[in-house]
Amino acid sequence: MSSRFRENIEEALFPPLVALLVALICGDLLIMSYGQSPAIVYRLLLEGTWGNAYGFGQVLYKATTLIFTGLAVSLGIRAGLFNVGAESQLAAGGFLAALLGLALSPSMPGILAVFLCIIAAIIGGAIVGAIPGWLKVRFGAHEVIVTIMLNFIVLALLNYIVAAKLHVPETLHTPEIGNGGLARLESFIPAFHGSAANLTIVVALIAAALTWIYLFKSRRGYEMRAVGLQPEAAEYGGVNVGATWMRAMVLSGAIAGLGGINYVLGYKYYYEEGFAGGSGFLGIAVALVGRNHPLGVVLAALFFATLSQGGLAIHAFVPKQMVEVLQGVVILAVAMSVPEVRAALRRARKPATA
Amino acid sequence: MTAPPTAMGGRENLAIRMEGIDKTFGSVRANRGASLEVRSGEIHALVGENGAGKSTLMKILGGLQKPDAGQMEVNGRDVTGWSTSDAIAAGIGVVHQHFMLVPTLTVAENIVLGMEPRNGIQFDYAKAVADVQKLSADTGLAVSADSKVSDLSVGEAQRVEILKTLFRGAKILVLDEPTAVLSPPEVRELWAVLRKLRDAGGTIVLITHRLDEVIEISDVITVMRAGQTVDRLQTSDTTPAQIARAMVGRDVVLSSRDEASALGARTEGDDATVGSGFHPSDDMTSAIRVNDLVVMGSRNTRAVDGVTFSIRPGEILGIAGVEGNGQTELIEALAGLRPIASGLMRVNGHDVTAENVSERRDAGVSHIPEDRHRRGLILDYSVADNLVLGLQGDYSRRGILAGTRIEENAQKQIETFDIRPPSKELPARALSGGNQQKVVIAREMGRSFSILLASQPTRGVDVGAIEFIHSQLREARAAGKAVLLISAELKEILALADRVAVMYRGKLTKVMPIESADEETLGEYMTGSRSESAA
Repeated sequence: MSSRFRENIEEALFPPLVALLVALICGDLLIMSYGQSPAIVYRLLLEGTWGNAYGFGQVLYKATTLIFTGLAVSLGIRAGLFNVGAESQLAAGGFLAALLGLALSPSMPGILAVFLCIIAAIIGGAIVGAIPGWLKVRFGAHEVIVTIMLNFIVLALLNYIVAAKLHVPETLHTPEIGNGGLARLESFIPAFHGSAANLTIVVALIAAALTWIYLFKSRRGYEMRAVGLQPEAAEYGGVNVGATWMRAMVLSGAIAGLGGINYVLGYKYYYEEGFAGGSGFLGIAVALVGRNHPLGVVLAALFFATLSQGGLAIHAFVPKQMVEVLQGVVILAVAMSVPEVRAALRRARKPATA
Repeated sequence: MTAPPTAMGGRENLAIRMEGIDKTFGSVRANRGASLEVRSGEIHALVGENGAGKSTLMKILGGLQKPDAGQMEVNGRDVTGWSTSDAIAAGIGVVHQHFMLVPTLTVAENIVLGMEPRNGIQFDYAKAVADVQKLSADTGLAVSADSKVSDLSVGEAQRVEILKTLFRGAKILVLDEPTAVLSPPEVRELWAVLRKLRDAGGTIVLITHRLDEVIEISDVITVMRAGQTVDRLQTSDTTPAQIARAMVGRDVVLSSRDEASALGARTEGDDATVGSGFHPSDDMTSAIRVNDLVVMGSRNTRAVDGVTFSIRPGEILGIAGVEGNGQTELIEALAGLRPIASGLMRVNGHDVTAENVSERRDAGVSHIPEDRHRRGLILDYSVADNLVLGLQGDYSRRGILAGTRIEENAQKQIETFDIRPPSKELPARALSGGNQQKVVIAREMGRSFSILLASQPTRGVDVGAIEFIHSQLREARAAGKAVLLISAELKEILALADRVAVMYRGKLTKVMPIESADEETLGEYMTGSRSESAA
């Protein structure tokens, strides 16, 4: 048991680490091509992220959204669905949260307002997730196509509503919400001063824990993973495959939508066009690198957030697009290294067990 | 163990010589010092239990796998560790158990695929058809070159597979379980073709589980066990019992009718009604009763076309038939996996026609599905999780899985059903075919049920497991369960069933008591050369 457990841990951790190593080597070459020293650039990158409280706060803020979108994508994949719509689900969640926040009176107790706005975000994402789920179950429409198209439709629709009805003149955002804001971390730990990190990180960690319990400890999760692995065997096991797909899309959308509160309730206190900024798409990479496991998703989200924030720190030496190249290399390396590294691990173990 | 068995006579006419072959996958040693010697112009049977390493050895021969150690020669040339294209070029043709044909293309297109005749830069279809027809006539493998592969019967598709390898110039033909999907007449045709190929100088290696076939068709037999070659026998001076002993390393009780009745299943209940077809009035006494059932197939055909039968507690009804005559659709409809277009199904007098899979399971229906890899198991789930598939509702409380009870259940089932290796955590994928089937059987029979739907319960499992599964089915009968047994193996049905029904083109064309059933008669009904409207 314990040796099996160790083997599982090794197989989960080694491939991303090898991928990271490959990415670092590529990064070295890139940095040297700019005539800079890799050691200095990497030091700057770390100092600008994990090295000071502000930078770390920014990493936490960016990781928070990615945890939600990464969890959303990985939950879908566990059910055998590829949800490419986290971007618009995230936006819809943020939009509904802002809309409710605008409507709520400042006299309402803050904690209740926050709670209601969180529910609104969940509903916003769940609605956008439910559409492809329903179309798939009812008509067999492929969820990848539908979610891609819905990204265009939903984002354009939200932008139209904001631009036509709700925006503050000269801007692309709504007025600030009256109630429902979440506290910044700086109000508890002054060192975080100026960073956008807020209590949403706590919500994200709770969401990750609940997702883990749901997937691996609950009956519905057992059924959902069965559908993802072998729909026909799940059907044999009395699982309603269509209902499970529907449930997975609604949950996936709800989790992505919940991510919208990070910006809307925790940072700017308004909805702004384009606030999702590609976090929904990066969630696919987070899910991939995190191996569709909630803990892996949290770690991968921190990693991608570090790269993204670190890009700003090293901008003086090398273009910040370099970290985007690095992100791409990591994603490719993970995709390729998982089977390869696993096979190598098993070969290395063989003499010990044979 | 005896010294490595070798061919008698010299090496000069050996088509295949493999020696000391080792191959390890992860922690599984599929081959350890396996050897094989096949002389050209012989039909050589390679037999052994599941997981004995036969398929691995043949994959190494065909170039799909590289051996870790050992040496192999084909026609006297050292070819150790060659590639699939080398193997094809050297005239080795492998017909896999699962056909590798493109269903939307015609027979001729499939056969010439990869070496199409050309007319300038265009594919010369007319020449392809002509080539295929000529090859078909030369070998006696009758196919219609112009029909689509998706319209073929399984037997025809297999002939196409064989032609495909011959078209590529195969002189050494490897067939992996070729008869698993064929009816008795189709098997006889296949034997005739193989003999003809042999007499024309071809060499044939046949992987099979069926000992009667080995005796009938092969010239020489190589027996493998646990990755090693344990025996090499001349077919003319051996017996099925001797082969079986070599395969499992101990004496095996081969199932026979005598034993089945010796278990005394029919001492209880009313002897007169068992085995005498259905009685319209026996609703109260039948465990399962099906009336005029119609189930639609994939292409909107009536795959099950008005089937009526009933089974009493303590009775096994066997359904014989060539695959693809509606058996799959019938059993899936009974299990709730396919919609019932019309008709009625009652379980213990209770109408379940409109109920879904879990409701029928709760009503006492257990189901051993025909394809354990597709339906019966979640291959990446642990043995413990697989042992509660379909029972996940019973093994959870307020939506949360009851981990301890799942573990305890696994422990108990692994012991009761002797699942090996005895590990709860291992993924089902890591088990051998026979042990995977034991997991399915443990789950379906280790709970309270009154009706067992068993579809191909022993397909692809080894002799030891067959013995075990048969005894489980007999015990279920003795315990008063109603069993519906669908099997492509006539011997299995004859050994276990109390009544036999033949399914042909979606109908039960004949129901007869076991006493009047034999392979010849059943074969005639199965192929439709005899029929009679049955119950």
